[in-house]
Amino acid sequence: MPEPVRRIVGKAAPLEMDDVDTDQIIPAQFLKVLSRKGLGKYLFYRWRFDEDGKPKEGFVLDRKEFRDAVILVAGRNFGIGSSRENAVWALMDFGIRCVIASSFGDIFYGNSVKNGLLCIRLDEETVKRLRSEAAKGGLTLDIDVEAETIKLPSGETINFKLEPNVKRRLLEGLDEIEATLREYGDKIRAYEAKMARFKMPRQTTVPLE
Amino acid sequence: MAKTVLEKIWDDHVLAVRGEDEYLLYVDRHLTHEVTSPIAFEGLRTAGRRVRRPDLTFALMDHNVPTSDRALPVRDEHSREQMRALAKNAREFSITLFDYFSPWQGIVHVVGPELGLTVPGITLVCGDSHTSTHGALGALAFGIGTSEGEHVFATQTIWMRRPRQMEVRLEGDFKSHTTAKDAILYVIRDLGTGGMIGHAAEFRGEAVKRMSVEERMTICNMAIEGGARTAIVEPDEKVYSYLDGAPYAPTGDDWEDAKKYWETLKTDNGAKFDKSYRLDVSKLEPQITWGTNPAMCIGVSETVPEPRMFEDPAKRKMIERALEYMGLKPGQKIEGTPIDAVFIGSCTNARLSDLVMVARLVKGRKVAPGVRAMIVPGSMLVKRRAERMGLHRIFLEAGFEWRNSGCSMCIAMNEDRLGPGERGVLTSNRNFENRAGPGSRVHLASPLTAAASALEGKIADPRKYSLASIDELELEWVSPWIERNILKPMGGG
Ligand code: SF4
Repeated sequence: MPEPVRRIVGKAAPLEMDDVDTDQIIPAQFLKVLSRKGLGKYLFYRWRFDEDGKPKEGFVLDRKEFRDAVILVAGRNFGIGSSRENAVWALMDFGIRCVIASSFGDIFYGNSVKNGLLCIRLDEETVKRLRSEAAKGGLTLDIDVEAETIKLPSGETINFKLEPNVKRRLLEGLDEIEATLREYGDKIRAYEAKMARFKMPRQTTVPLE
Repeated sequence: MAKTVLEKIWDDHVLAVRGEDEYLLYVDRHLTHEVTSPIAFEGLRTAGRRVRRPDLTFALMDHNVPTSDRALPVRDEHSREQMRALAKNAREFSITLFDYFSPWQGIVHVVGPELGLTVPGITLVCGDSHTSTHGALGALAFGIGTSEGEHVFATQTIWMRRPRQMEVRLEGDFKSHTTAKDAILYVIRDLGTGGMIGHAAEFRGEAVKRMSVEERMTICNMAIEGGARTAIVEPDEKVYSYLDGAPYAPTGDDWEDAKKYWETLKTDNGAKFDKSYRLDVSKLEPQITWGTNPAMCIGVSETVPEPRMFEDPAKRKMIERALEYMGLKPGQKIEGTPIDAVFIGSCTNARLSDLVMVARLVKGRKVAPGVRAMIVPGSMLVKRRAERMGLHRIFLEAGFEWRNSGCSMCIAMNEDRLGPGERGVLTSNRNFENRAGPGSRVHLASPLTAAASALEGKIADPRKYSLASIDELELEWVSPWIERNILKPMGGG
């Protein structure tokens, strides 16, 4: 069950790239896990390590000034590709609490909300501006989920918009399964009582070869 | 009010609405595999919950499994652990499992439709992005994450935002050697990887009507690569024929009831789409990707882009980076580029009809020396059907490896992979950096283009090769199901 997310204050790191897919966020070989913990070391693995697992120089999150970043300012279409929730777990385990981009892959976005990773959509120009600010190092942002604002050190405030249910879920961090069963259990049972027989899979034959 | 097929299915499954735009949908079918499920099961266990409807839930092993001899031990320890965990979880939660040794094992998006687990008008989810494939049978299918999977296990429902709808019309006749794969590659090339974000794609038009169910699966499968939330085609006689006789499809009176319902699943005249796109497939040539996402794609006779032709610096940089990763020179011809491997497989293009297509091109011909050419059937059932027909002999004589089913080189979680810098033509759906192994260079193409490339040891134009007729394949055995769904799908195809 995710912790409530109300306010995020911390350093922003720029990731100047569009179309970052979840295969890049965490390669498939690290999906062979039975726990969601400890995935941070595999984050952006191919960009950070060579084939023998030795660290490569220079990836932004490994640079001294960004090692403690909690906010990632990306580009367009962040998190496209596979449905692997490991991408979100890896980001969070690494210490990232918020990703800012001009658009996100749908499944990635949904997975983020479920885990309390804040994804903020801003227009392309603003994202670009934040990214170049962040690139200078030492850009600290103060993000207020309730107020839907990002405060810059300059005093400037940028507004963002979350869908109401996303916002509520982040603020409350609730156990969704519990809530669904409690509030909608009757509706589920009623649907099941009426479900047509032909919708139920029952094995009657073997395939014709 | 005029409705689309998606709206009809959606409305039939809404249990509740929350806030402005969040719907609770009942899930009729939940498919799950070894890689994205263990943590969801663990969550259930920790909270002391059960799977609400084990009878609507099916598990199988596909992503991790070796495609070598099944009698050999699974060498990779992590794969073995995940497979074991799934077997244990299936037993603990009373779920039907098609495991590594099952004769019905295969890639989840091939197995669902062929066993009749996927039928029109149901909602179906799976912890895998290419779940959109099942939309080809007129199901409303969504790829979901692990937390969502846990929610479905426990409640048999899912919270969803209603996707906007996009009409993707394919008109015209395919030219010879040009396939459904080429059409969907072109659509993504044209619209970009984000072109369908937030939308469900409904494939419509004459060319879609004429496609076989398996060809429709190819286009629905890859709609995801254009950013679509899901894809759907309105079900028709071809879908009923495909399902008739499948082990889990309804039978007897249930079949008649089902058909009555399925016949209502048409997009009404005048139904509204939020976006429209139209493509005349008759102008297409075979397509192949040159870069590191599926939209980086050109016709097989074209040249790769030159970064200096692009004004936008970000775009220029992206193309430069992709060319460098792929080891290609700006402006070079793609045809004739030497390759190391060919992979015919994956949930995009490893069904029986894909294998028939490959057989028609490679019959009596030979794979070029030094090229590793492998065929990994989409399921063990596909494999056995192909063997009954005698297709495997054609492949083996030509010099292909004939392997067991699994995701294989598409995701390289087992031993099937390209080495660093190795170049392959793959019939799968993703060419991201390192997708087929660290440093791998992947070109996505149709089974025909892949097969022709295997013969030459270079990226090749399949139009240079005549296709054997079905008669010339000298098939050993053709069941009625194969006859009517694969060899002669109604209305051409
Ligand atoms: S074949 Fe590839 S795309 Fe399809 S389910 Fe397997 S890994 Fe995913």
